[in-house]
Amino acid sequence: MKLGFLVDLNLCMGCKGCEIACKVENEVPLSSWRLRVKYIDVGTFPDTSRNFTPLRCNHCENAPCERICPVSALHYLDNGIVNIDNERCIGCAGCMMACPYGAIYMDPETNTADKCTYCAHRIEGGLMPACVVACPVEANIFGDVEDETSHISRYIMEHQGNVQVRKPEKHTNPKHYYVGGGNNTLNPLAHERIEGYGLFNNITHLKHMGDPHHSILERFTTPIFGGHNDHLKNESFVDMPNDDASHKEGGHH
Amino acid sequence: MDHGTVIEATKAVVTLDVALPGIIWGWMITLNMWAKSIGTGVILVGAFLLYRHKKEEMPNLRWMMPLISFIFLNIFLLFTLLDLHQPLRMVNIFLHPHWTSAITVGAWMASLFTALITLMTAIGFLDAHPDVARHSGMAKAIRKMSGFYETIFPFVVFLALPVTMYTAIIMAEASARELWAAPAELIQMLLAAFMVGSASLILVSGKWTAEARKDLAFVLALSVFFSFLMYMGEYFFSFKAAEVEATLAYVHENGSYHLQFWSAMVLGYIIPFFIAMGSMREESRVLMKFAALTTLIGLYLAKSTWLEIPQMIPLS
Repeated sequence: MKLGFLVDLNLCMGCKGCEIACKVENEVPLSSWRLRVKYIDVGTFPDTSRNFTPLRCNHCENAPCERICPVSALHYLDNGIVNIDNERCIGCAGCMMACPYGAIYMDPETNTADKCTYCAHRIEGGLMPACVVACPVEANIFGDVEDETSHISRYIMEHQGNVQVRKPEKHTNPKHYYVGGGNNTLNPLAHERIEGYGLFNNITHLKHMGDPHHSILERFTTPIFGGHNDHLKNESFVDMPNDDASHKEGGHH
Repeated sequence: MDHGTVIEATKAVVTLDVALPGIIWGWMITLNMWAKSIGTGVILVGAFLLYRHKKEEMPNLRWMMPLISFIFLNIFLLFTLLDLHQPLRMVNIFLHPHWTSAITVGAWMASLFTALITLMTAIGFLDAHPDVARHSGMAKAIRKMSGFYETIFPFVVFLALPVTMYTAIIMAEASARELWAAPAELIQMLLAAFMVGSASLILVSGKWTAEARKDLAFVLALSVFFSFLMYMGEYFFSFKAAEVEATLAYVHENGSYHLQFWSAMVLGYIIPFFIAMGSMREESRVLMKFAALTTLIGLYLAKSTWLEIPQMIPLS
């Protein structure tokens, strides 16, 4: 059994229902995400279109995060899921540096790496991942890609020639597929972030990795004496610039 | 909104997204790599000098070389630990090692290397300072092991090579960052060790013979020359891979790391090269010490630049 995901971008309407369901199901902390839906606008007025791309861990068959993890906190399950053991993670962030999809974050509450696990706990109980259940248009398709009778396998067969993965040149063999994707939606270098063009937010950067209220000394003492995260707020993590300076990807300002 | 911004018709624009991550591996990892280069570099350069010269020509080398190495290896280990978000779990690397990870292999090798260097430092220092701890039982026991220094030294030199280079494999395993390609980084790590190894020894070579100091200048000139050549090769000719090109835009003209990169090149490479070349013809101890200092500063800036720029690009 090899579990995989497929998102039909032709169906996705950007409602972010999957994103919220994931946050709630997995209690993903502020400033962090396991699944997000990115909006990308293409074209010049009046011929413009808005594309929605749900992004999550790709559960690669040849996962760089699993390879670089020094303590096997990241490991494969028998069903192909790349799982993470928070109790073993040392917080070196090697996996964050290795993941070509930027899908791993440092949990500010546990100070350990975390990511989408395809809701492994739900699957174990015979349930579908939370994002699949929440999707109103069934754009998220989940199942065993090695079972040719499964919904996902049949969907892939029906859309041959139009099924893509992100960054295939990395040889990670992702088990996360997209139908109806293109260079603009799947290649992060094909689009720009320009200040002032966002819908509800400015371009923001995380100020901290992990818990911003834990000093280096507290990283040693908290596991022994305990700590608290009651004071965590959005503003603690995110730098929100107020100026109009344009921010373009690729180094030039 | 900046209405003056021109967006190409073929270019897509992100109109809604989450906050982007900042620098994940920052100054502590830079310091970690820089300190490790010194810790291994002094051993490699010291071995080269001992191959070329009698030890009487470099009277303090036997204890100064492991002592410098010991100090900087401990700085390296300290900041490796401090950079972890769960530092107490560092022990998991030894209890639950995952051998495909260069972090694991490196941690084991660096620990062994540091243990051997600690022993060499103790032997070298106590042999050079017979009045220190004369009545201490432990000091007596260490002094009795004096010959062990020369026995383990070849193994330590051999081990210094993978210890200095394994960080390049960690960077290569960081598949998300295309700038860090294994072949180039391996050589850069090795050259960095020779650069700061020779620079550090220049600062303590006051009582050495002129020939030994000339060899130090030679090692410095050669290592900065080839390292600079590799940086320039990447700076000007890495236009084949789109992601590398986008990364290098941060050091190219108008890039936010342009000034830092060229400060690193001037301080760490161009100035030391010309001073070292000049000093091989006509020695100037003051200038060589100046070159050693600029090399140490320049390498830190270069490491910092090269570590941070690939982290500026959004991965998804």
